[in-house]
Amino acid sequence: MWEYTDKVQDHFINPRNVGEIENADGVGNVGSIACGDALRLTIRVDANQVITDAKFKTFGCASAIASSSMLTEMLKGMKLEDAKKLTNDDIAKALGGLPKEKMHCSVMGREALEAAIANYTGAILPMAQGEVVCECFGVTDLEIIRAIRENSLTSVEDITNFTKAGGGCGKCEDKLRALLAETVAGEAGHPPSVVKKKRMTSLEKIKKIEEVIEREIKPTLKKDGGDIQLVDVDGDFVTVSLRGACANCHSSRTTLKEYVEKKLREQVLESLVVEEDK
Amino acid sequence: MTVLSEQVIYMDNNATTRIAPEALDAMMPYLTRFYGNPSSMHTFGGQVGRAINQAREEAANLIGADPSEIVFTSCGTESDSTAILSAIQTNPEKNHLVTTRVEHPAVKNLCDNLEIFTGRKYHVTRLPVASDGTLDLQRFKDSLTDDTAIASVMWANNETGVLFPVEEMARIARERGILFHTDAVQAVGKIPINLKETAIDFLSFSGHKLHAPKGIGVLYVRKGTPYIPFMNGGHQEHGRRGGTENAASIIGLGRACTLAAEMMTEENTRVRALRDKLEHGLLNTIPKSLLNGHPSQRLPNTANISFEYVEGEAILLHMNQVNICASSGSACTSGSLEPSHVLRAMGVPFTAAHGSIRFSLSIYNTEQEVDFVLATLPDIIAKLRALSPFWEDK
Ligand SMILES: Cc1ncc(COP(=O)(O)O)c(C=O)c1O
Ligand code: FES
Repeated sequence: MWEYTDKVQDHFINPRNVGEIENADGVGNVGSIACGDALRLTIRVDANQVITDAKFKTFGCASAIASSSMLTEMLKGMKLEDAKKLTNDDIAKALGGLPKEKMHCSVMGREALEAAIANYTGAILPMAQGEVVCECFGVTDLEIIRAIRENSLTSVEDITNFTKAGGGCGKCEDKLRALLAETVAGEAGHPPSVVKKKRMTSLEKIKKIEEVIEREIKPTLKKDGGDIQLVDVDGDFVTVSLRGACANCHSSRTTLKEYVEKKLREQVLESLVVEEDK
Repeated sequence: MTVLSEQVIYMDNNATTRIAPEALDAMMPYLTRFYGNPSSMHTFGGQVGRAINQAREEAANLIGADPSEIVFTSCGTESDSTAILSAIQTNPEKNHLVTTRVEHPAVKNLCDNLEIFTGRKYHVTRLPVASDGTLDLQRFKDSLTDDTAIASVMWANNETGVLFPVEEMARIARERGILFHTDAVQAVGKIPINLKETAIDFLSFSGHKLHAPKGIGVLYVRKGTPYIPFMNGGHQEHGRRGGTENAASIIGLGRACTLAAEMMTEENTRVRALRDKLEHGLLNTIPKSLLNGHPSQRLPNTANISFEYVEGEAILLHMNQVNICASSGSACTSGSLEPSHVLRAMGVPFTAAHGSIRFSLSIYNTEQEVDFVLATLPDIIAKLRALSPFWEDK
């Protein structure tokens, strides 16, 4: 049960400015259905650079809907210059606060606003150019650094609450910790250097696993009259089938764990777990 | 804000249930006048011990066990931990466990931690499920090895209600000399169970899922099964679980077990019919809604339905406005940022997983309540879809 303020409840039950402005001057799309929330913001801007209308469509939880609704209320009649300065905290405050686990909903609102303004001015959003740090939610280092700075975040949990990064498989936690340390150090006077560590997509992982099996594991097993086939890769779980002599060998478990798993962990990813598909 | 039970339509019985008035009546004397310690020598305490043993018989009868095979614990979670940890301790030379990808956290997290905190001394096979949530028996058979200490497979899934063929699986495990545990927290009281005819070694269940209080559980341990206690202490429960008995709750549980046995037919006829009416009604009137889980191989009270392109927490909050209680497998309600591990293991697409709602009924639900939900939910879904940027694209 989330503790929502009356304002959040009100904007959730009676959302304002729902819909889409036809031939809008600016359109901002953020989030995705896979992530669990998404927002499409459309704005109308007049000749005096004032936002005269704003509408939204949101897929997401109560606080995502309320944040979007509140954002459109705030935007109407606002000068574009001022809208550019709007922060996620402004949205959260206007709602009388959000549970800290839900702060990412206000962040989504502000990102949609930036996207819509960029769409209007023809600018290219710098955020999208960062390096993806959290694969689960597609969050870039630049987005994370900004959330840390603007909201004075102090822990990985904070980062997750504000950007969702780290809230899935958790594999990016080390990178988040490093970003946090660097950014906080940067705030204290040192310029932050964005870490450009190489990340591995699922596809790359599977490719690498295949490679190691073909290049090293298979030839070794074949020497003993055995064979191995990659069956499936699901997250960190690698399923293989042992063939030939290996299949009937009572020490096949040892082969699997002591040899195959060890090799794959050494050469691909420390967290891999190899299982046999019989 | 306080919401009274008379005001709500409660369709969240897989989360917890109301205490049966008869069970509460049976408990009250043991919370007031009969406060003696069941282990005492005097009659005043000893009579509480007698009442506990009657509850033991009632619990045994519901699952076709012998009273001596019943150990009272503090909850379903404790029963699960006790069974699995006992099995690995009585088989110190074995390092492998078999379970599924859709277990309740009580088993799932225990297995995960066994792997992690022992530096992977233990190795766990987590069997996958098909898209309708069912398990493949052959795959189970093939997963068992000479190194397997125990297989732990839930009887009924708490999110989807899908039933696993645990009796068959227990037989297969027995043939290999492997212990078999089933987390039957959702199954006991909802479907007939007769353990005498099975090869199941351990079975867990929990009071608060069958109209007994929260904080009381049962572990069935088959006669002759090697056993090492989890809670060490006094000689209570014949030395199988230390700690002064939660007498009143045990007695309430006993009464609830007898009631459940009496209500078994009603659960599987009237409650099932209500569930079916609700399920078919929703699936037929709300476009882009789908059932999660096998249509028939399922508990009689559970319906897990996804409403595509809307988010579960938002649906629940709208339902809450009209005092309908249910659950969701969406990310926002799972306590993490990802939708339920059960739906993901079934490969339910994200468009649907985020918008899943679990309705779980009990004998206390009425047809009027089902009609009310059927009349209310289509508007809630339509209202949220009108907000959804993905819906108009359809
Ligand atoms: C399948 C299953 N196992 C275990 C439990 C845990 O039971 P308890 O809450 O009594 O610890 C639950 C209930 O939440 C459950 O549904
Ligand atoms: S990569 Fe960040 S949570 Fe999975």
